[in-house]
Amino acid sequence: MDILLQQIINGLVQGSIYALVALGYTMVYGIMGLINFAHGEVVMIGTLVSITVAGSLIEAGMPVSLAGMAGLSASVLACMALGWGLERIAYRPLRNAPRLTPLITAIGMSIVLQNLAMMIWGRNYLTFPSFLPKIDFELAGANFTAIQVIIVVVSATTMGGLLLLVYRTKLGMAMRATAQNPAVASLMGVNINRVIAAAFVIGSALGALAGVMVGSYYEIAHYQMGFMLGLKAFTAAVLGGIGNLAGAMLGGVLLGIIEALGAGYIGDLTGGFLGSNYQDIFAFVVLIVVLMFKPSGLFGEKTGDRA
Amino acid sequence: MRAKPSLVALSVAAAFALSACGQHDDAPKSVAAPGTPVAKPEIVVKLGHVAPMTGPQAHLGKDNENGAVLAIEELNAKGMEIGGAKVKFELLAEDDAADPKQGAIVAQKLVDAKVNGVIGHLNSGTTIPASKLYADAGIPQISGSATNPKYTQQGFATAFRVMANDVQQGKSLGEFAVKQGIKTVAIVDDRTAYGQGLADEFRKAVEAAGLKVVATEYTTDKATDFKAILTKIKSTKAELVFFGGMDAQGGPLAKQMKELGIKAKFLGGDGVCTPEFMKLGGEATEGQYCSLPGMPLEKLAKGPAFREKFTKKFGGEIQLYAPYVYDAVMVMADSMKRADSVEPAKFLPAIGKTKYDGVTALIEFDQFGDLKGGAISIYQYKGGKLEYVETLGGSPVDLAQGDAKTDVKEMEKVGADAVKNVAEATKAAVEKK
Repeated sequence: MDILLQQIINGLVQGSIYALVALGYTMVYGIMGLINFAHGEVVMIGTLVSITVAGSLIEAGMPVSLAGMAGLSASVLACMALGWGLERIAYRPLRNAPRLTPLITAIGMSIVLQNLAMMIWGRNYLTFPSFLPKIDFELAGANFTAIQVIIVVVSATTMGGLLLLVYRTKLGMAMRATAQNPAVASLMGVNINRVIAAAFVIGSALGALAGVMVGSYYEIAHYQMGFMLGLKAFTAAVLGGIGNLAGAMLGGVLLGIIEALGAGYIGDLTGGFLGSNYQDIFAFVVLIVVLMFKPSGLFGEKTGDRA
Repeated sequence: MRAKPSLVALSVAAAFALSACGQHDDAPKSVAAPGTPVAKPEIVVKLGHVAPMTGPQAHLGKDNENGAVLAIEELNAKGMEIGGAKVKFELLAEDDAADPKQGAIVAQKLVDAKVNGVIGHLNSGTTIPASKLYADAGIPQISGSATNPKYTQQGFATAFRVMANDVQQGKSLGEFAVKQGIKTVAIVDDRTAYGQGLADEFRKAVEAAGLKVVATEYTTDKATDFKAILTKIKSTKAELVFFGGMDAQGGPLAKQMKELGIKAKFLGGDGVCTPEFMKLGGEATEGQYCSLPGMPLEKLAKGPAFREKFTKKFGGEIQLYAPYVYDAVMVMADSMKRADSVEPAKFLPAIGKTKYDGVTALIEFDQFGDLKGGAISIYQYKGGKLEYVETLGGSPVDLAQGDAKTDVKEMEKVGADAVKNVAEATKAAVEKK
């Protein structure tokens, strides 16, 4: 029983990380129907910037918690600038191009950012300074740490905050209007360039936050860490219904828990025929089934014109 | 402006290509080495080097390449003469990203570039498919780090390695686990040719000794989260977790074991016997064990000098395989010298007859191209350093291999004698220290 609980905790934490990254994907997609494949790399840059800033401040003698906050702010600012730049350089000129073009640009930007990071931070693995005191909790035989609790809380509050932003503010209204019909929205006086830039900036800030969370959880970072994370988060966003904020959150958590349970029980379920090397299969089988019966994802609205 | 010099460069390159085809006597002497007008003809020997320069193992790939660069620089500085001509070695470094598909692509690229020999690849998973391409083209290949036994079992005359293989390593690790009084083990591997191969050999060794394997779990060489499989291992109460894989996964795995409150010991092979592993695993690695083929550099006659040269040149610590790659280049050059030819077909037989006193060992190959009598050393992670514990094995290479060639019986005897010699040589070297 304690094993089941432990696996669910593992999955919940992993899933919250996916969710936090998925929010960035879904936000951009919801507004302009573009899958920003470079988002995983934004997360990676967020992690690496916070390592550099916090690491050098700690070395300079600053208290760890303060340096951690400085690292977080620096990475959020850097990623906001990066998100804005990405949109300005890579996507805005292609706004009226066929849908495939910005998708290819996105993949291109992802490769560019990866190699840029490799040139700046090198090929070695970097260790993340531990910001938080190592507190271990034990609950009914399951172990978890302070950072795991923080990850779950942060991603839940972030999603709540985003929902408020989208449904309760003027910027949110402009975003929803742009999502529905950019041409009409601009006729109504919405500056869609600014709205789209805002979506990228906010999405990237979330990416930075996710990056810092991932970094402080695993305490390791690398210039290629964003790729797999981005892919999984993208899957989570599709699972929950891409474009839907609550869907991204639930999709992420669901994906995390399915993965953990899959890895933990696949061997017993199949009598040893399949091992934990098939753990990804669980997540993707669920994804395929959902897409077969509900192509818009679990919580997606029917938007037939957006592929 | 730019067109003219590049045309000259092209024609020089063409001249080199021709000279490599055996007409080096007619090679244009004055252009061959700008700056150093030499009387003797000069030939360029192109050596390919392949390792992951991008991806999660890029740090190890760069380390390998540095080993090769160091060897080539020394060879060129020394100025070797082969077949009456001055030889200039040139390194063609390629990136396979530790991906078997890309490994085959860059291997083809090197074959097309008509390299004289290949050093690498780093990973077993990339080395094995690439070795067929080199074998078909008749290009000798020496790997400094591919330890999966299959690499040399395919029956290719061109495949060599200067490191003990995983049959030897898995066996020694198994012996060590038994000696520690472990009763139950959990095995995790990363599903690469290396990780899986090592884990399989370890399993054979511990099962033969009567230990119980209570869990077998898998991950990938790109994973960062191991909590799900570790939770399952926790429920089996295994006393030892064996990991077949590389440091980038092993470090976080050890750390997450601690976070989950797993008290089991951690044991791994050469892939995790690195400074990087300790950096990534933090205090969770303290007191755990790992193994490396060969003897520790400090205990080898030429070891400390090599370390000094390396750190002075590259300003960083040796990660893992650099000394082996260095030796691989030296063995290749040594064979060319003995055969007095840089043509693959001519110096290939000489590689098999190598008896080269390298940094890492006295290098001799058995009939499969495996290092004879490779010893395995066990290390403990202590206070952020790898502390040497003991050397196991040095046993003859397992000869019960599938496609054995004709004179196995005779070779076996020769091999056993050679092993004895090596053991004595290393012992002497240790005592000298």
